[in-house]
Amino acid sequence: MDAELNLVDNEAHVRAEEFSVFYGEHEAVRRINMSIPAKQVSAIIGPSGCGKSTFLRAINRMNDLIPGCHARGRLIFDRRNIYGNDIDVAVLRGCIGMVFQKPNPFPKSIYDNVAYGPRLHGSYRKSDLDMIVEESLTKAALWDEVKDRLNKNALGLSGGQAQRLCLARALAVKPEILLMDEPTSALDPKATARIEELIVELRGSYTIAIVTHNMQQATRVSDVTAFFYEGDLVEFGKTDQLFTRPVEKRTEDYITGRFG
Amino acid sequence: MRLSTRKLLDKSFTFCAVMAVVVLTAFLIFVLAPIFVRGCGAYVFRGTVEYRRMMLDQFGRGDEVALAREIALAQTARQPVYSAVTAFEAELKQMPAARRREMRPLFKVVREGLELLLGPEPGKPLPTLPRMLYGQTRWDGARRHLKHVLYEVQWDYSDDDDGVRVLAPRKPFFAGTALEPIFDLLENDLDRMLNPRLTFYGRFLTDKSVDAHFFGGIGPEVMGTIYLALTAMLIAVPLGVVAAIYFQEYAEGGAVMTFLRSCVNTLAGVPSIVFGLFGLAFFINTIKVSQGKSVLAGALTLALLVLPTVIRASEEAIAAVPRAYKEGALALGAGQWRTVLTIILPAALPGILTGVVISMGRAAGETAPIIFTAAVSVGKLSRPLKMLFRDTPALSWNLYNICTEHEAVDRIRHVQYGMALTLVVLVLALNLVAILIRARVSKRLKG
Ligand SMILES: Nc1ncnc2c1ncn2[C@@H]1O[C@H](COP(=O)(O)OP(=O)(O)OP(=O)(O)O)[C@@H](O)[C@H]1O
Ligand SMILES: [Mg+2]
Repeated sequence: MDAELNLVDNEAHVRAEEFSVFYGEHEAVRRINMSIPAKQVSAIIGPSGCGKSTFLRAINRMNDLIPGCHARGRLIFDRRNIYGNDIDVAVLRGCIGMVFQKPNPFPKSIYDNVAYGPRLHGSYRKSDLDMIVEESLTKAALWDEVKDRLNKNALGLSGGQAQRLCLARALAVKPEILLMDEPTSALDPKATARIEELIVELRGSYTIAIVTHNMQQATRVSDVTAFFYEGDLVEFGKTDQLFTRPVEKRTEDYITGRFG
Repeated sequence: MRLSTRKLLDKSFTFCAVMAVVVLTAFLIFVLAPIFVRGCGAYVFRGTVEYRRMMLDQFGRGDEVALAREIALAQTARQPVYSAVTAFEAELKQMPAARRREMRPLFKVVREGLELLLGPEPGKPLPTLPRMLYGQTRWDGARRHLKHVLYEVQWDYSDDDDGVRVLAPRKPFFAGTALEPIFDLLENDLDRMLNPRLTFYGRFLTDKSVDAHFFGGIGPEVMGTIYLALTAMLIAVPLGVVAAIYFQEYAEGGAVMTFLRSCVNTLAGVPSIVFGLFGLAFFINTIKVSQGKSVLAGALTLALLVLPTVIRASEEAIAAVPRAYKEGALALGAGQWRTVLTIILPAALPGILTGVVISMGRAAGETAPIIFTAAVSVGKLSRPLKMLFRDTPALSWNLYNICTEHEAVDRIRHVQYGMALTLVVLVLALNLVAILIRARVSKRLKG
């Protein structure tokens, strides 16, 4: 089926063409065609095990870590196939940041956590690094809370703070795309609200793809939504449209809570 | 199961557990307590005037003037004994031949005993061996020795086939002679003749030994042990940690890896004497890292011995680093090496260090691997780099040596126990460091 949005080509930041991901023989993502629009928030929803994470992790090639996992078809970013031979994965991951389900700050100081990415991709003077750290933490709405304890271990932060730190850490590399895999599922409602606010703020500056199990969250933060079901992309469209007038029966069943 | 049976079982289990702990504690007390108490005797003891004389002569330590005064006092106390000896010598010459023949060997024994106790008789030519230049330097030794002068050991076979050890006083042999009074003099006045004083000899740890451990300390042994253990770790740690990283992060299973892994595990079960022989055959005879025994050859052998431990501890520590850290770093665009160096190793470091420190304790305490590759009974210290190609004394091996092959094993008990204590404390201290590191890890992981 064709779930292509009506997008002008240069509006698509990442485009999947007949894209599949396999775990060994098992095809976890099946021949997908979709475009993730630039500078907008795309939500990916669907029942557990339908391949949301697999697809998301394919975009920055985190699936490379899994033995036996391989892809077929094309995943275009910057006019190049992400799975092409000419791709430097380290550079790619510098352009496509990721925030994980469980906050995973490094057991280092808050400062070193944020500075980790910039230090990887270039040598900065201390003053430049200071600036990047402050800027990133400010964007992640964490600066005021941690500015007096930048040298304290990041493991001392609360769950919500830690997740915002991970966001700041990803932003410090100055990525174009941010991938978020259920970034709020380990957080309480208040911390969740902060992250959602942040996503809305970052929209317009970054292309964001977020996997979520929370329909309200999808409607609150996203511009477009993709519904995955058992490895297939069932429906892809403007969020308000998809949630109010779904085209597919399976989408309707899912968003009305009939399964999943 | 009936309730009563279960209760009974419970009780017997508790009983077993308590008994196990009791037995363990008893073991610890009976093994460690004597080592500790007697080992401390090497550091703290009642030193006699002979000790201070020896320290001034051999190490140039002490107050010369005060010592001269002390020696003069002791000399005054000893004078009656020496007078009696001289008088008896004259008397001996007057004796009928038969009696003289009977007396002379007995007198000789007493006289030799006196020399051991108080040092060479004044006015006689000085012996060359340092051990014969001084009397008993330690009061406990003096007390023990006094017994040899006062009594003769005899065996009484009258009603027991195995015989019973009895101490026969020598005094009656010499009854009526000029020598008779010395026995009472010695028994009552020995402390004035030797002037025992509580002494703290902290430099036992660092002093060289004089005349094959008769006097002095165990400095070369301690240094040798440290050199050996440190060099061994210097070799084993980089090798082991890199191997562990490879096993954990790079190797993708397969037959070769499985084989390598089981090789490492087998290595852990090889008896240490085999390592010693291998070290001799390979490092010294085949690739000739040095001519004969050397710290380097010993350290290489020890490194091989602790390598499996280092690898296993490092592997465990690396495996315990949360996957999320690694994913986080990779997602930021870090390469694999970068991730290992900046994220995985720092997070695994405390665990690795724990393993390293424990291995180091093991390397310091091992005897068999260094018998053929590094250890000698007497050695000199030199600059570390030179040391690498020289043989060296080491606590573990020299402890064995002075307990079994020394010509006067029972005169240097304090050195043996002192050495044992030092070795035990060294190893315990290393383990303590490991525990402290562990404690810091869990604190750090809690944030
Ligand atoms: N490492 C793996 N090896 C093999 N199969 C895997 C692996 N990870 C996921 N899968 C399989 O791929 C399919 C998609 O998994 P994926 O994690 O993408 O689901 P998901 O939509 O993210 O689910 P959830 O909402 O529970 O996170 C599932 O059938 C899962 O069993
Ligand atoms: Mg998932």
